[in-house]
Amino acid sequence: MRMPVLNAETIFDDKINAEIRIEPKDWMPEKYRQTLIRQISQHAHSEIVGMLPEGNWITRAPSLKRKQILLAKVQDEAGHGLYLYSAAETLGISRDEMIEQLHSGKAKYSSIFNYPTLTWADIGAIGWLVDGAAIMNQVPLCRASYGPYSRAMIRVCKEESFHQRQGFEILLVLCQGTEDQKKMAQDALNRWWWPSLMMFGPHDSDSMHSEQSMKWKIKRFSNDELRQRFVDMIAEQAKVLDLTLPDADLKWNEVRSHYDFGKINWEEFWNVVNGNGPCNKQRLEARKNAWNDGAWVREAAAAHAEKRAIRNTVKVA
Amino acid sequence: MTDAQNSTGLSIFSPPEGAPALFSYTLHLADTALILGQRNSEWCGHGPVLEQDIAITNISLDLLGQSRNFYQYAAALYNDFSTQEKEQVNHYIPRLWKAYNREINEDDLAFLRDENQYLNLLLTELPKGDWAQTILRELFISAFQFYQYSQLQNISDAALAAIAEKSIKEVTYHVRWSSEWVIRLGDGTAESNRRLQQALTELWPYTGELFIPASYEMQLIKKGFGTDVRSIKNNWLKKVEAVFTEATLSFPSGGGREGASWYQQGGKEGQHTEYMGYLLAEMQYLQKTFPNVVW
Ligand SMILES: [Fe+2]
Ligand SMILES: [Fe+2]
Repeated sequence: MRMPVLNAETIFDDKINAEIRIEPKDWMPEKYRQTLIRQISQHAHSEIVGMLPEGNWITRAPSLKRKQILLAKVQDEAGHGLYLYSAAETLGISRDEMIEQLHSGKAKYSSIFNYPTLTWADIGAIGWLVDGAAIMNQVPLCRASYGPYSRAMIRVCKEESFHQRQGFEILLVLCQGTEDQKKMAQDALNRWWWPSLMMFGPHDSDSMHSEQSMKWKIKRFSNDELRQRFVDMIAEQAKVLDLTLPDADLKWNEVRSHYDFGKINWEEFWNVVNGNGPCNKQRLEARKNAWNDGAWVREAAAAHAEKRAIRNTVKVA
Repeated sequence: MTDAQNSTGLSIFSPPEGAPALFSYTLHLADTALILGQRNSEWCGHGPVLEQDIAITNISLDLLGQSRNFYQYAAALYNDFSTQEKEQVNHYIPRLWKAYNREINEDDLAFLRDENQYLNLLLTELPKGDWAQTILRELFISAFQFYQYSQLQNISDAALAAIAEKSIKEVTYHVRWSSEWVIRLGDGTAESNRRLQQALTELWPYTGELFIPASYEMQLIKKGFGTDVRSIKNNWLKKVEAVFTEATLSFPSGGGREGASWYQQGGKEGQHTEYMGYLLAEMQYLQKTFPNVVW
């Protein structure tokens, strides 16, 4: 007996409304599946491409302790990529296909990683701001309606909050250090502040995918809501560091009980999204090189596994 | 002080007479772990597949952790030295630090020395090369460290013995992981076998140094310290041979038990390859640009 599609859709809608997680074997609208594949794979790619700007400082980290923390952090991001690729695979796409989409430019990754890491302080700024913004975006995703995604996000979020604290601590040490170190910290903040605000995506009025995602409970809060929370949090933490956010319009608004802040340069944002950021080319090239240079290794591993399987079958027979 | 006798009747090592040699030897252990960790960390974000990117980074992290333990111990030894003992190891102490007027610490030792003050094995400083070179080097060094740390666990110097005991668990995994990869590449495809064989040709001349005691090791051996790299060569060869057999890999001519006619050496005494200067320039850059600040 075949269940009529209408019925399946009702069951799906009921589950969404009742906050029951959708699982891989459940029926789901094709557009829901596609939306999730797009979002989860984009998120996975962001973790992997995100390893590059910070990886740029692993061999130059200024102390053994900092080297250890940074290496472990970048490794965590690789782990996040793994969880997320696995979550996306439950929707019927393979990791290789997703990687192919990244390399062809069909799939995107977070634009923030197209900015360069120019000094050691950038490693602090990334942890504090970029991981900080990621947490704002991701904590609500722990309740996303798709089960494997929400479970992956719970694991990811635990580690992201460590990363943010570590980043803040890097900056705190610099800000309490010499004049040169403090300058380095302020310079990094100047360069990373606006791009990190862009991480929340376009204004709600210009966001293409938001409305449907809210209905499906993949998304819980709008881009602008999350961005405001982020500004409120960072503005307070910047005081502890005694750093200045590079925004002349930033000030506390008693009536709104929020910080007001200046206009985001959306022209820059769309340019970086569309390939014109300072490092788009280098980031994609680094990923493609790693993949292409590793092809013979993956082929060898597959060939060995196959030979072993045959040898074992022969032994058993 | 004279050498004491332990319950087995063997003479055991007793500072302070041998303390300067112990310091140099500890630096050698630290430098070997750090430089290999530094090289392996270059893979982070660039590995052939995500799972292995994570695995090689894990190994870097273990090595980095080991190096920190060794450097911290070396720093503690030095800070407790008499003026005379300090004088004896002065040639390994970084010039920059001498102007800092404070006790020496792990980072001073790791980041401030001149190239010829580093005592790591040459094998560790060679470029990471392709995946075949990286995993073959990892097998060579981890199998070596396994036997080296096994001996160290039982020496009378409690601090070094404790570090060795802790590290050996990690190293056991490194040996397993790299052995599996050498077998995989040797047995895998014609290309992977060719690349591995190529890596072997390039790395083999650097393996002789592992088993030649440096001057400070000889001093410790004479004092009955309890470890001697010469005595682990056989076990090491057996292990490597076993892996090579499974990987269908053959020793380069002049390799294996009969030994090569010529080995590269000098790292343990501060004579390095041309690669070392670049590695250090990168690694030391911040500590040297901004001397004596907190990071
Ligand atoms: Fe992450
Ligand atoms: Fe993170």
